[in-house]
Amino acid sequence: MKSSEITLKCHKIIGGYGEGEALVSHQPICFYLTDPKTGIVRERNHELAGKNLANKVLVFSSGKASSVVQIDGLFKLASHNVAPKALIVKDVETVLVVSAFIVKIPLVDRLEKDPFEIIDTGDFVKVNAERGIVTVTKREL
Amino acid sequence: MHLTKEEERILNGELGEGTQKALELLVAIGDAYNAEKMIPISRAHAASSGQEGDLYFVELLVNGGARCRVPTSTNPVYDIEYFDRKFDVPKDEGEVARRVMEAYKRVGAILSWSCLPYLAENIPLYGETVAFSESSATPYVNSVIGARTNREAAQSALAAGIIGKAPKYGLHIKENRRGTHLVRVEATLKEEFDYTLLGYHVGKRIGYGIPVITAISRRPNTEELINFCAMSNVSGAISMFHMPGFTVEASTVEEAFQGDTPKDKITVADQELKRTYEELQTTSGKIDFVMLGCPHYTLRQVEKVARLLNGKKVQDGVSFWICTSATTKVLAQRIGYVDIIERAGGHVVVDTCIDEPCWIAYKSKVGMTDSPKCAYYRRFKEVIVGRLEDCVEAAIKGKWK
Repeated sequence: MKSSEITLKCHKIIGGYGEGEALVSHQPICFYLTDPKTGIVRERNHELAGKNLANKVLVFSSGKASSVVQIDGLFKLASHNVAPKALIVKDVETVLVVSAFIVKIPLVDRLEKDPFEIIDTGDFVKVNAERGIVTVTKREL
Repeated sequence: MHLTKEEERILNGELGEGTQKALELLVAIGDAYNAEKMIPISRAHAASSGQEGDLYFVELLVNGGARCRVPTSTNPVYDIEYFDRKFDVPKDEGEVARRVMEAYKRVGAILSWSCLPYLAENIPLYGETVAFSESSATPYVNSVIGARTNREAAQSALAAGIIGKAPKYGLHIKENRRGTHLVRVEATLKEEFDYTLLGYHVGKRIGYGIPVITAISRRPNTEELINFCAMSNVSGAISMFHMPGFTVEASTVEEAFQGDTPKDKITVADQELKRTYEELQTTSGKIDFVMLGCPHYTLRQVEKVARLLNGKKVQDGVSFWICTSATTKVLAQRIGYVDIIERAGGHVVVDTCIDEPCWIAYKSKVGMTDSPKCAYYRRFKEVIVGRLEDCVEAAIKGKWK
């Protein structure tokens, strides 16, 4: 059975296009607490602990931690080509905007529906920040 | 977001690629917060650091021809020549620091390399609109001075310093500066270290918000307020607070809340501060070094250390460090404090901070500090946190309790 596509409007913060498998985190993310060479989340007791951010479309609640470590964390992931392909966030803040800007990863928020209700880890997601559109293909079960 | 003709021209690259990138970042932040427009700022503080992300951005701007349009000071990095003589700093790390410092010079910043620029090198006035990064400087500038800044990242503050503008959102708007939490202090606050513990505790309890702190019995001094600002941003994100009667924007609790009711009320008694103190310790006993000056020590704190170390010796095998600004060190040298501290075997080092890679030699060591911020960002193994006086005593004895 061919799975259906869901198209959602969103708000562009950092433009560009990125696609990949979704990785959903209800908890805030600190990019510094990942392995910079692989993209694996190292933060103990985090719901994504042991999961890999590399080349995923990251759907998460917000960023956290000091600006220096957050920006440096995402920058190191990008230097090793293991950063996420796009970021879909619920509560954005300045440091996250700066981080995504520096590494040129599309960043969007304000999806017309709650991303946590529509997107599950493993779905295939296209983020067209330029046009303000997110497309979700549900994973076949 | 509404953009002026000049801003449109900058975005089209007419003033060069560096300036274009700086404004692009500010517009992205403005978009994230639905800011209506950009507003002029008169000074900025960029929380520079010797790390790769920072290097990439400042070089991108400066190589693209950008220069600071308003006074823009810098946060600690480190002088690789100084540290290379003492420790083996990895070559690539040292090269990052050297290039960061060079790039900030080329971009036309005030090379303060200090986390307390508001005391000497770059001082905002009451009501001034500024862009100050450094999580301990942001609340000081907002609350103690009454200037207006958002919680900036190093890069957004630098971009604002280059454009001379910042997006209008958050703490630039009066309604957003009202209190959120009421904090009643029943604990006795006698000295600096009590404000250190209070800050750490309040940050942890509130997380994100604007506390209104009441029932403080005497006027806090500069160092006490600096400590409160720094520590409440280790355990939480407190970009502004009110202490009615002592900070400038509200003289009463009602004024601080702008007629609103507090989201939450908390009480802080002696036992909470005692518990906070206990939580900070990871070990006790023998120490390898003492690290003071996070945030940078003021002249008064350097004087205090000199008085306690006068005629004494730091224990063999223990290193003793005070981090401060170049401005403070010049005065401390002139007055004679640095001589006293060096005769006792201590070092007064400028332009750097415990969160820099230059301290790699202490990776597996036990340190003592008066700063929970230093303890949190430490690049060493175990930590004891105590008062300034305790740290000096431990340095002389080689151990704490």
